[in-house]
Formats: sequence, structure tokens, C-alpha cells
Amino acid sequence: MKIMVAVKRVIDYAVKIRVKPDKTGVESQNVKMSMNPFCEIALEEALRIKEGGMASEVVAVSMGPAHCVDTLRTGLAMGADRAIHVDATGPLYPLSVAKLFKALVELEKPALLILGKQAIDDDCNQTGQMVAGLLGWPQGTFASKVVLDKEKQLATVDREVDGGLETLCMDLPAVITTDLRLNQPRYATLPNIMKAKSKVIKKYTPQELNVEIKSDLEVLQVTEPPKRKAGVIVSSVDELIDKLKNEAHVI
Amino acid sequence: MFRLLSISSKSISNSLRKSSSISSYSFTHLETHLCNPTNSPISSNSSEFPSNQFNSINPTKTPDGYSFSHRFDRNFSSFGSKIGFCKVSSSGYWLNCSNLRTCERNGSEVLRVQRFVSGLRSFSSESDRESMEYDVVIVGAGPAGLSAAIRLKQMCIEKGVDLSVCVVEKGAEVGAHILSGNVFEPRALDELLPQWKQEEAPISVPVSSDKFWFLTKNRAFSLPCPFDNKGNYVISLSQLVRWMGTKAEELGVEIYPGFAASEILYDAKDTVIGIATNDMGVAKDGSKKEIFQRGVELKGRIMLLAEGCRGSISEKIMKKYNLREKRHAQHQTYALGIKEVWEIEEDKHNPGSVIHTLGWPLDQKTYGGSFLYHLQDRQIAIGLVVALNYQNPFLNPYEEFQKLKHHPAIKPLLKGGSVLQYGARTLNEGGFQSIPYPVFPGGAIIGCSAGFLNVPKIKGTHTAMKSGMLAAEATFGVLQEGLNLETYWDALQNSWIWEELYRARNYRPAFEHGLIPGLAISGVEHYILKGRSPFTLKHGKPDHEATKVARLCSPIQYPKPDGVLSFDVPTSLHRSNTNHEHDQPAHLRLRDPKIPEQVNLPNYAGPESRYCPARVYEYNPDEKSKLKLQINAQNCLHCKACDIKDPKQNIEWTVPEGGGGPGYSVM
Repeated sequence: MKIMVAVKRVIDYAVKIRVKPDKTGVESQNVKMSMNPFCEIALEEALRIKEGGMASEVVAVSMGPAHCVDTLRTGLAMGADRAIHVDATGPLYPLSVAKLFKALVELEKPALLILGKQAIDDDCNQTGQMVAGLLGWPQGTFASKVVLDKEKQLATVDREVDGGLETLCMDLPAVITTDLRLNQPRYATLPNIMKAKSKVIKKYTPQELNVEIKSDLEVLQVTEPPKRKAGVIVSSVDELIDKLKNEAHVI
Repeated sequence: MFRLLSISSKSISNSLRKSSSISSYSFTHLETHLCNPTNSPISSNSSEFPSNQFNSINPTKTPDGYSFSHRFDRNFSSFGSKIGFCKVSSSGYWLNCSNLRTCERNGSEVLRVQRFVSGLRSFSSESDRESMEYDVVIVGAGPAGLSAAIRLKQMCIEKGVDLSVCVVEKGAEVGAHILSGNVFEPRALDELLPQWKQEEAPISVPVSSDKFWFLTKNRAFSLPCPFDNKGNYVISLSQLVRWMGTKAEELGVEIYPGFAASEILYDAKDTVIGIATNDMGVAKDGSKKEIFQRGVELKGRIMLLAEGCRGSISEKIMKKYNLREKRHAQHQTYALGIKEVWEIEEDKHNPGSVIHTLGWPLDQKTYGGSFLYHLQDRQIAIGLVVALNYQNPFLNPYEEFQKLKHHPAIKPLLKGGSVLQYGARTLNEGGFQSIPYPVFPGGAIIGCSAGFLNVPKIKGTHTAMKSGMLAAEATFGVLQEGLNLETYWDALQNSWIWEELYRARNYRPAFEHGLIPGLAISGVEHYILKGRSPFTLKHGKPDHEATKVARLCSPIQYPKPDGVLSFDVPTSLHRSNTNHEHDQPAHLRLRDPKIPEQVNLPNYAGPESRYCPARVYEYNPDEKSKLKLQINAQNCLHCKACDIKDPKQNIEWTVPEGGGGPGYSVM
């Protein structure tokens, strides 16, 4: 059984970001980039499934400009067997990514597609769900526990939902998106990083996959959230009511 | 590939302290030892051995229960009956090869595994750690380390040979831990990479003006500028180092950021044969987390230590081999530099403008000054450097820096701007008198770890790079022609580094007697003697001994930060992109845990809570309302000020898990 894992190269979570002066986006030049934390969790889960004997191969996929290869190398160093890079410049919105995944899935035919629940740069939380819809596959999103049954070709997924935990059982092939508590990703060891440098990464372009990337969305402006104003300590209830009425206009 | 099994038996014998020597690259057998984790301690070399404890091989899990992700794949060539002895040292498990061959015992099983040789690299497992071998291992991907790596590869191309060069770097990426003013003198870079301009090195702002001010609380007096920065550039050293890193990788250097060299490996003859990286995934209490990964040994025929000022491994090496005494060098003296990069308003920005100040806010007895450099893209670098031999334990260099920004000559420049990054790092001020003998058995020390900073010029990058290049040339001689590494020392003494540092040697020690005498003597040195003075002034007390006791000094009241020009430490720290995995043992170790509350607090008013630019050290009242030291190791900027300035030298800075620390990109 083959597992395909989606990994995205994003700005590292520890970096203090700032908005570009022209407000078209966030400053990403000279900024540390790394693998999306949820994608690390997804890859870790795929590797654990493989080590448990349920899968034969883990393929890591990343989409974007040439630098994505760095993230794929990290994935290979963690233990992925193969990597695929879809070379696409320009903004890639979730629907385009989902369409590209559909094309790749039809090529590679994995039994399981694991993604992070969302990327920490756009917080979309859409790609996994969209791919499942396009493929007509069942989806287990926000997974906090995944158990596979190889003979019955089933996946039992515990989902973290607002009301608590929901357990779903679904037939394979399926799409799973990972949440934080699923596992703790392993470190890539130095020897593995070294070996990953020489592994081959297959490259595709959207044209080769017959997918047209046109986005129906356009970013107009990116601004910082308004700065928090200092709080005011009021001295009496009357003053509070007065402020609520005349300054905040809420009563 | 083969799996490594962790060995967890204990030995009491001290004779097994040293690890085995990987004697040559041609030996083909290696012995892996399997021990049952519940082994009782092995008492000594030759006495009884718990032979009944050896079980059959458990191929899927290590004794710790952690299953490795490597494939298990090996050849059983023969079963011998040799014994492995292991000693749990404070940081690893080592086997003594020579003892192995002498003792024989029946009834225990040992596997001989075919070693897997791939070119110049091999994976052997004398200990339970994987080990990788290179011709040269360089610790630290800074200007010195990368210059050495690049120079080595250049010589390989020239002479048509190949040497494997590996650089380990504790920062998450190359350049993440690099901080410097920086007015760059391209002298060494011109020698190393003469095409740097065509290759788009991030050096684009030539120095356009050079000012020198003496500040009082409200005024700034222009003094004749002692610097000559013609031909120099205002740069971000972090950016330059990143560029050098890409150049090095293009030449085939293997650079591994995110791996911290924490342990030195010796052979039986006490020669340094390599370093080992930190174990990753150790929890705060010392237990192994689910994702525990044992460190890796990097062995090199030659080791080059390029850790920067007060490098943790370099200090240990200098102590062990008495490198300072060998040359009758004085102790090293240091300063702490605190820096911010601002983005200011367009009309105030003047690319290439260089300003240095003396005087306020520091007093007459404290050596130091500030710098203000205009880079490109409306960015300016502003910082304060305070010599760490200051006497008043109440001095807070961070707060002095915040005060400086309010000076009427500096404030207008910063108004309307915003801070991009913040950081701090110590630097060497010892100069010529403090350079240790830089060669030790197995390698050499380069860059600021040895200390080649030219204090009156306030430049150390060019000399660090040149020292790296000279060491590379000497290393090449050792590996290819069988020369001695002492040629590095000879080359240093015959180079322009030596001449430059010799002429600059008296400026800093002149300030031992205070600001005015210092300026007077420096003036004489510079304008009259022009560096040809017949005498060599000596440094005063080591920095940690210079602190006076608190009752002899007066506390300093610092103004509250206004949030526009001056900031509190947490806000500034956030701008340094500092991060450490929180669940790891604190990397700041107290040699004696009682000293902070018994000595530092009563005698010196807890100076570490003041000089640390990251607020790692705090004295907080506990439940009995007694002040107790709290170490917030996660904040650490890796500046090493605590390792230098602690009065009893009780604080030991050790390296945390690789990848942690600040994330400088424009510093």
C-alpha cells in the first residue's frame, strides 16, 4: 500500500513576521522557511504506518517554486522513500493544489493521502477537504488518532471536533488531515540528511498533469491587525456605564 | 546501512574513560555489542562478566524500546568471543577498543559486522552512536569556518584532489546566530573570492561618511575621527555569511545547520579526533522523549574550531591543552554588544553613514561606545558595546542601550521608525596580548574563538576570515603533504593579521586607567607613535574579577521603556526570533547550585539578572519569600555574557539542542 503525504514550505513558526511596506503580503525574503508543522505530523504518521508494516512506500509531495525541494529533502531525511515536486510559480490556492493532487493521485494510486489540517501561513484548512471531494474519497479531518485495518481496508479516525472527539470509520482509499495531537514528529538525523541529498526528486509541471492553475481569488491588501489599545481602569459603576454608552456606543 | 543498538551497561573502571581510536580508514571489521538492558554493572576490566545476561539478538527494538527507523541490514561474518566494555560517561557511551582485544571470555556473543565503506565516508559504531568520518570537520558556519571550508575546496580544485569537508552549525540555518555591527573591510574576501561583486555578494553600501562623537547627557561633540573606513562597506554580516554558505555548498562543502557540537572525542593518545552532536529529544528531567535521537559522531582527520567568541568547545580545548600558557598569552577580555536594526523614515536615511560615539551613557570607568550605521532599504544598525570588565554590578548594558536611544542627537533619527530585529553577542577585546597558541593535537582554532578582533578598528570579520584561510592552507599541507599543523601558527605570525593586531595592541589596555587617560594614550599611539610603540600594555583583571561588591557601588535607576524608542526585554527578545524546544534540560549549568543565592545575590546583587540581554536569569521570591534564581533557558541569545562575567565563574554555558537560539537574518 502506498501513502502520499503533502508537505508545504512555509515561514518558520518562530519567525516574527511583518507586512511588506506595499501591503501586498508578508515579508518572506531573508526569512527562515521550514516544513509546515502539521505537514510534519502528517509525514510522521505516514512513516509510523509504514514502520507498523501496513504500508510499503511513503511519497512526499510539495508544490511551488524551486525552493520547495528543500522541504522535500527534509521529508526524505525523516524517512520518506520518494519525493515529487510540482514546479509552479505564482500563488497556489487550495483549489489549484487540490486539482494537482487529484492528477497525482490518479498517477500514483496511493491508498491513503495524508495532509496537514492547514498551513500556518494561510490557515485555509481547505485542501484536504477539496481533494477528497474531487476524488470522491472519504475524509477524516482533524485526526488525533489513526488506526488502519489492512485486511478490511479500513481506516478508523478519531477527529477533534468542537464538541469533543468523533470516531469515524472509512474505507480506503481515503484522505486524512492531521491535527496537533496526533503524534510528535521525529528529528531528521544527520546521516539521513546526508543520504537524502542524493535521492532523486521527480518533477512535474501543472501542464504535464493537465491541470490549469487559474485562481479565482486575488489578494487586494494585507495589513497588520489593529494595535491593542491600553485598557482603562474605571473608578465607579456610573463611569463604566457612561463609557459604555457614550464612548463605546454599545448600550 | 546497519542499525545501531544502544548499550546501557555501566562500568566503574576509570581506565575505560577514553573512547577507542578509529585508527585508520582501512580497518574492515567492527564490533557491535549487544547487552541486555538489565545488566548489572560491570565492575572492571578483567573481573567477572555477567555472561548469563547476554540474550539472543532482539532485532526490532533497542533495549530502550525505541525502534529505529533505519533498515536493519548486515552481514554476519563470524561470531567472536570478545567482550565489550562500556562506560556511561556524562554524555555518552564509549567502548575501549584496546581492552576489547586483550580480554577474551567464553560464553558471550558478539557480532562482527562488515563495515560499510562508501568512498571517504564510513559508518562505524564503536559506541552506540553513528559515526561519520570526514577529512576536515569545521565547527561553526561563521565567517572563519566558511572561509576555511571554501579555501580548502579551492585548493582541492587547484591541486586536483578531493577532501571531504563538513561544517556543523548550531543555528537553525547558516547566519541565524551571526550578529555584528558591521563595517566590513573586504581585504580577506578579496583574497578568498575576488569575484564577490560579480557573484552578487550582499555587499552594496560603501561607507560614505565617518563621524565620531563624544556624548554627554544632552550634547554631542564631534571629535576627529580616528577610523579610516575608505574602501569599506556597511553590511549585514548575517546576510554575508548566508551568501558564503551558498558559495561553500556550490564548492561541495557539506553544511549541516541545526546540529550542535557538544562533546569532544579523543583517542587513546589524547588527540582530538572529532566531535559529537547533542542527543535530541531529551526531556527537561533528563528522560528520553518518544522522539529521542542519539547524537552523531563527526570524526575528522583535522578539526577546525570556529565557534566565535567564547566558543564552548574552544574554551575546553584551550584549557585542556594549556594553549594560553603555551604562548604566555594574557587572559581574554570581552565586551557585550547589543544591537537593533531599525527601518527609519526615507528622508532621514543616508546610506553608508557611519557614526561611533563615546561617553554617555557609560561613565568614565566603563569602556564602551555605540555605533550607528546606515545600510540599504532604509535600514540602520544601532548598538551599544559595553566592555565586560565594568565594575558596578548594578550596570545593565541592555538598559544603557535603551537610554542611549533617547539622546537628543540620536532620537530624531529613530522617530517614526520601527525595529526589525534585536540581538546581542559578546566580542573579544583582548587583541594581540590574548591570542592563544591556536594549534592543538588534532586541529586548530580559528576566528573569534581564538580572538583576532582589531579593537581600535572595531573589526574582526576580516581577520577571522583570513585566519580561516590560513588554517585551511595549513590543513591542506597536513593532509596532502604530511606537514605539521604548526605551519598555521607560523603563517599567522607572518600574515597581515599579526602586523595589524600588533599595531593595535595598546589602545584597549590604555583604558584600564579610565576614559581620559585612555583617550590620551590612544591619541599618542595613533597620531604620534603610529603603532610603533616600544612597550606593550597589559590587560587588567579578568572580566569576572573586575566586578566590585554591591555595597561599594550605587544602584543605577533606569527609566521605564516608552514603547516607541525604548522597549522592555520581552518585546526586544520577541524580535530576535529566539526559540528553543522548551522541553529540554536547561543548557545553562551551575557548577555549584548554591552559589547564586549564597554569593551572587548577597555580594553582587545578582549581576546576571542585569547583564543578561535576554532576561534568562531572574531572582524571584519563592513561597518562603526568599529570592531564588530562576533560569529561563529558553530565552537565551547564545551571547555567552554569563559564561564570561559570572563572578565565581559558576555559570557554564553549554550548547542546547541544535536548531535553537536566535534567528538573525539582517543582523
